[in-house]
Amino acid sequence: MSAGGAGGLGARLRARLFSQRTVVLLPPYIWLLLFFLAPFVIVLKLSISEAAIAMPPYLPILDWADGLIPDFTGTFYNFSFLFTDDLYVVAYLNSIKIALVSTIACLLIGYPMAYGIAKAPGTWRNALLMLVILPFWTSFLIRVYAWIGILKNNGILNNLLIGLGIIDQPLPMLHNDFSVYVGIVYSYLPFMILPLYANLAKMDESLLEAAADLGAKPWKTFLAVTLPLSVPGIVAGSMLVFIPAVGEFVIPELLGGPDTLMIGRVLWNEFFHNRDWPVASAVAIAMLLFLVVPIVIFQHYQGKTDEAAS
Amino acid sequence: MSDTAEKRPGPHKPSGWAVPGGDPYISIQNVTKRFGEFVAVDNVSLDIYRSELFSLLGASGCGKTTLLRMLAGLEEPTEGRILLDGQDMVGVPPYERPVNMMFQSYALFPHMTVAQNVAFGLKQEGMGKGEVEERVEQMLGLVQLGRFARRKPHQLSGGQRQRVALARALAKRPKLLLLDEPLAALDKKLRESTQFELMNIQEELGVTFIVVTHDQEEAMTLSTRIAVMNEGVIQQLGTPSEVYEYPRTRYVADFIGSVNLFEGTVSGTGAEGMRITAPEAGIDIHVDAGQTDARAGQSVAVAIRPEKIAIAKQDDKPSQGENVIQGIVDEIAYQGSLSIYQVRLADGKLVRVTTPNLTRTAERPIDWEEPVWLSWGRHAGVVLTS
Ligand SMILES: Nc1ncnc2c1ncn2[C@@H]1O[C@H](COP(=O)(O)OP(=O)(O)O)[C@@H](O)[C@H]1O
Ligand SMILES: [Mg+2]
Repeated sequence: MSAGGAGGLGARLRARLFSQRTVVLLPPYIWLLLFFLAPFVIVLKLSISEAAIAMPPYLPILDWADGLIPDFTGTFYNFSFLFTDDLYVVAYLNSIKIALVSTIACLLIGYPMAYGIAKAPGTWRNALLMLVILPFWTSFLIRVYAWIGILKNNGILNNLLIGLGIIDQPLPMLHNDFSVYVGIVYSYLPFMILPLYANLAKMDESLLEAAADLGAKPWKTFLAVTLPLSVPGIVAGSMLVFIPAVGEFVIPELLGGPDTLMIGRVLWNEFFHNRDWPVASAVAIAMLLFLVVPIVIFQHYQGKTDEAAS
Repeated sequence: MSDTAEKRPGPHKPSGWAVPGGDPYISIQNVTKRFGEFVAVDNVSLDIYRSELFSLLGASGCGKTTLLRMLAGLEEPTEGRILLDGQDMVGVPPYERPVNMMFQSYALFPHMTVAQNVAFGLKQEGMGKGEVEERVEQMLGLVQLGRFARRKPHQLSGGQRQRVALARALAKRPKLLLLDEPLAALDKKLRESTQFELMNIQEELGVTFIVVTHDQEEAMTLSTRIAVMNEGVIQQLGTPSEVYEYPRTRYVADFIGSVNLFEGTVSGTGAEGMRITAPEAGIDIHVDAGQTDARAGQSVAVAIRPEKIAIAKQDDKPSQGENVIQGIVDEIAYQGSLSIYQVRLADGKLVRVTTPNLTRTAERPIDWEEPVWLSWGRHAGVVLTS
């Protein structure tokens, strides 16, 4: 190849590297590298280390003692350990169950709310959206804590029901699975509503009119047109609820009972009570791998709908 | 359906259509639609008959779509009522009206295939599966999209989507089909061929069509009758040749085709004709009698279509005594089948004249800046009082 050709190639390479696209994409990539990939690598390294009673409480995974090529002194024992004690498997399964039920509850409550907001007259819309976002202005911890006051035996709800004469003994609503569900659904509902609202608000009104014009009654129009077209919103909202709910720690800790087993709590215990950082890290990595599957499905779906839209 | 077929006016002839006796199929009575303070449709009354191909023609924003949407039931009139086959439609929801609409945006369901789109309305009727399939196939055959049955709308071209929308609207065999700017998205060639296709379909199925358009050529080509709308009001109602040859207002004359308007005052009326003094033309314009009841002294406008004016070279002065003026050629546009001349009169007014190019090369072509004679007969001018 001639020198000119090589120069051309170099110029093209440079042009590509410093193209506008690259410049725009660089900051988010650096951000992800620093704050996502680096912690992940650290946790991954921890998860294959051996625990030790030391400071920090684990051994290095590489031994540089003899020469240039280090020996691998790490272990995968922490991962196999997760399967030897059924605590972990049960906690995983229970977390998934709680997250799944909560997601479905959020969907059932959030869909009509998002729909109502999207259909509300223009001036109302922003006010209603504001109300959905409003809870974020107070601390998440305080809001979850407030539920204790509502749900406890002589709390607001029990007192109200007794006062109205509906019950005469307080209902056990706190420190059980029920209160965990209440807490998760309450906390994550906005994450379901917002993507659903975004989807429903941009729904082409003329499609609904066309369905009515072709003889579909309102509920048929909803089932045949609105619902299928809002699937991307349902998927996005469900992911935003399900993924963090699986690893939720604060809500089961504050509202759950002693036997509310969730993986977030197990992780906390391993880390802070048992000081077994490697096993705690293995729990975290396993959870991550587990959550990657729905994320990939989501991404795949998103890609397909983007393709269809363009 | 079968009895409408007998009453059909036969082969489509735009100029030969006459209002049949009997009850109108659609009767729009004093319908007004307001959006807040804004009056979109203003006291419109209109009768449309079975198997008509009726056009609502007007500039963008004049209220055509709003009127159509009231017929479909997607909008309720603020005042007035709409009768369909003698039955009052006010308050009847769209899904209970025997009316289908083809939307301006097509409004195809993006998550359904072409066949599913067409089948949608049929399924709502509770039609059996086999019958639905048969009808869908028939409809897609009609719009020549059989091969595309399993595609999604986003995999089709604009013209193909428009056909799907048409097939979907026709599938239920509605008694009344509303088409909102059905051909606006198509290029000229495809638009022309689709216009004829629409006319054929309309004749084949005997459905009553109401077509909304802002394209006067399209309205002229398609329609049995045209209602010209402006700012929510129907300016004129008639067959294409009526609205073209006998416009009643300056707006209609100007909107349909091109026209030369001369403002003037009536200076004489008589049995043989009317004389209008038109300073812009520099002469008295003579027109046929009996067009209007305008009196002497009233200010009017005379509308003359460009193709009704003859153009002649300087040494070829027309022998007739009236409606002859002189001017200078300002602009010539050669359009193949005809040539358009823009002629400047003494006081600067520009007059448009079109002549068909009957032979390949004219012996003595008229040139730019050449002085010419313009002339027209008494029958050419139309007197407009409003
Ligand atoms: N839902 C609505 N709210 C307020 N104004 C409207 C609404 N629909 C139509 N209009 C107004 O009514 C007028 C007529 O609209 P439209 O019937 O769509 O016109 P066209 O179809 O003749 O272009 C326009 O000025 C439009 O802005
Ligand atoms: Mg319109």
